[in-house]
Amino acid sequence: MDNLGLIGMISIFTAGLTIGLGAIGPALGEGRAVASALSALAQQPDESNTITRTLFVGLAMIESTAIYCFVVSMILIFANPFWDYFTQQTGGGG
Amino acid sequence: MDLKQISPDEVVFWQWRFVTVNATLVYTWVVMIVLVFCSWLVTRSLSTGPKISRWQNLLEVIVDGIRGEIAEITQQRPERYLPFIGTLFLFILVSNLLNIVPGFVYVAPTASLSTTAALAICVFFAVPIYSIANDGILGYLKNFVRPTPLMLPFTLIGELSRTLALAVRLFGNVMSGTKIVAILMAVAPLIFPVLMHVLGLLTGVIQAYIFAVLAMVYIASASRVREEEVQEYRLIVQNEKQGHDQKLSQGHEGLKDHG
Repeated sequence: MDNLGLIGMISIFTAGLTIGLGAIGPALGEGRAVASALSALAQQPDESNTITRTLFVGLAMIESTAIYCFVVSMILIFANPFWDYFTQQTGGGG
Repeated sequence: MDLKQISPDEVVFWQWRFVTVNATLVYTWVVMIVLVFCSWLVTRSLSTGPKISRWQNLLEVIVDGIRGEIAEITQQRPERYLPFIGTLFLFILVSNLLNIVPGFVYVAPTASLSTTAALAICVFFAVPIYSIANDGILGYLKNFVRPTPLMLPFTLIGELSRTLALAVRLFGNVMSGTKIVAILMAVAPLIFPVLMHVLGLLTGVIQAYIFAVLAMVYIASASRVREEEVQEYRLIVQNEKQGHDQKLSQGHEGLKDHG
């Protein structure tokens, strides 16, 4: 297999792996955060404003790891620097 | 936006040598014009009487909501932070919500890393500015060596990395929304893109809220809150509440008299 095919194959494979693994961790973390926020809400409904706000901020923090993985996989698929370099070298064969 | 372009920076409308006008610039100006024009339209005929126009009511609800949130987070008077945080919130909100305007090929300017990086850099500079305005330069610098000077490098790294995180989070969220709609348009163009658009509206609002809240938390954590100020603020809130309750009970009595 030539270089270009190898790069394309590995980037697509890695992009899928990145987003797949990157979704597992944040999903577990967000599940735990929401579960404890719900039990806190059930115990203290008066504090719902503070709990909801803190929950949203915390969820955004957890979610950002998944977003980083997404951005990396998007770069691998649509803006891959190695792919661009090799297509230029081989005269735009891609 | 085409499937291959991961940011509206790459959609070029007009180019002359090194000057390029891309979608990010155009739509940023569209959002700014919408915001300025709407607020000009609303504030032209403000009234303090019992009858106010619908638009003034909407604006009052928004401003009052932002004030309340800021006051709850900082436990201080919100007026100082209102212009900056409110502008951030409204700009991100409007640029995310304009997606639903039909017949107008719009890409949210927040789907470009340059816009979100600019917003994050504004927050990066706002933190020391507000902190110095609150405590003076020494008070601000003391923050870096608390609790021990050993923590100095970590504090510095934290400052930089959270700015980066702020930018990439907003960019990734908005970009993923547009990207998923584009992919679904290519795969199943009937109903699914509409559902994803609805989800995109929800995340757009939440992201605007989160950006504003995080900026506020960073600013508030850098400026050491003086105890007297907190007491003063609590007193004000209590007085307002009592005044409100009194008004309510007066209203009830008035109703009873009539009945």
